[in-house]
Amino acid sequence: MTKTTIDLPPKGGFSFDLCRRNAFLESQGTKMPKFRKTGTTIVGLVFKDGVILGADTRATEGEIVCDKNCEKIHYLAPNISCCGAGTAADTENVTDMVSSQLELHRYATGRDSRVVTALTMLKSHLFGYQGAVSAALVLGGVDVTGPHLHAVYPHGSTDTLPFATMGSGSLAAMAMFESRFKEGMTREEGIEVVCAAICAGIFNDLGSGSNVDLCVITKGGKEYLRNYQQPNPRSYTHSKGYHFTSGHTAILSSKIRALRNQVRVVEGDVMEEE
Amino acid sequence: MEPMAGGWMSAAHSMGTTILAVEYDEGVILGADSRTTTGVYVANRASDKITQLTDNVYICRSGSAADTQVVSDYVRYFLNQHTIQLGKEATVKTAANLVKELAYQNKSFLQAGMIVAGWDKYDGGSVYGIPLGGTLLRLPFSSGGSGSSYLYGFLDQAWRPNMSKDEAERFVVKSIALAIARDGASGGVVRTVTVNAHGVERNFFAGDKLPLFHEEISPGRNPLLA
Repeated sequence: MTKTTIDLPPKGGFSFDLCRRNAFLESQGTKMPKFRKTGTTIVGLVFKDGVILGADTRATEGEIVCDKNCEKIHYLAPNISCCGAGTAADTENVTDMVSSQLELHRYATGRDSRVVTALTMLKSHLFGYQGAVSAALVLGGVDVTGPHLHAVYPHGSTDTLPFATMGSGSLAAMAMFESRFKEGMTREEGIEVVCAAICAGIFNDLGSGSNVDLCVITKGGKEYLRNYQQPNPRSYTHSKGYHFTSGHTAILSSKIRALRNQVRVVEGDVMEEE
Repeated sequence: MEPMAGGWMSAAHSMGTTILAVEYDEGVILGADSRTTTGVYVANRASDKITQLTDNVYICRSGSAADTQVVSDYVRYFLNQHTIQLGKEATVKTAANLVKELAYQNKSFLQAGMIVAGWDKYDGGSVYGIPLGGTLLRLPFSSGGSGSSYLYGFLDQAWRPNMSKDEAERFVVKSIALAIARDGASGGVVRTVTVNAHGVERNFFAGDKLPLFHEEISPGRNPLLA
């Protein structure tokens, strides 16, 4: 009896075998877990002395905000940063991975990392996974060849632009950029435009919210401005804080159990280092 | 289809596009629009779809942005090695064949329609069309992308052999402008690249420099131009 299918050794890359099983389970009524996504508004622009990256800080799991102050601006190199939109796990892991690869590359070459290196590493990885790694990134940095800003899409294509926006709030942010962007802005002007764009996303897009994070990268260095603007403070807080005197909760029964007779302290040898 | 249901965010980045390359008396002229779309959103209104492969060979890209970027990168790398090993500049025919090889051997994975054009001393100006599927066809002129559908009749009627550089450039710009007028997935600016024995010249035609056709209104002050 000959087999009609041939078992090939795995060639690497994403294995889609379990996708059919998942689709079957879903059709049987199993509810798929919701991914933690960064709904997101992320932006970047090139100004006179370098690049400014901006991001909101809301992370969602379906309709629920699971993190009101997450960090979407990731470290890639001392002179390069990357904002991430899409599935949070994918953006975190792909930026971590490329950051490690860049560090090894710096040791091997003895030079500072270039933005195009990070770009090529990201786009080859994402293209290989054919869009299954849902990471949409705004990559920016300053290297020996000057300031660079790129938009990287989940399928592996890239755009090189003077200003870029990504994520569910990208349309609101792009509207701000298209009306306010000028070439060769100063740092203050650039920060103002980036904040306006992120705020447009925060207030008009349900997938974005909370605070504005910024990262200003110039030849002199990188300045990460965490929570630069906090336009959504908690409206109602008790001036004296929340304090509950004892007796508020009824105690139905209590049982005290000593743990000491379950813990045995054994003297041992110090671990030897050879 | 609900365009704004959020599905456009995860749609693949594709270049709706109109691309064109024509032979003229001294070489070739490549032309393209500049619109890249993700679903119905214009992700990049000023993209450059004419990519350099070697000093004398360029490629127009249409279809999936990711696929064509990867193919161009690979072919640029192969041609670089080939030029070093050969000791001479690569021919347009070689470049076109390398693109064809990738497109044909990976036809089930790629969505890429490309036009390779350039100048070399053996064949002068040459244009090679490489549509979906990986056919290689040398032609005096070739068009591609979603906007090319609106150009077949016009190109058949208006193209003449041995045009001068200015005539040919006006011809290319007019064609792309016609396609932009009728195709929603094409737009932005018109970029042209002229390749001949003397070298390469890049040109750029913003919206207000393009010819106007039936019922088109002339542009006022463009708010997007600061």
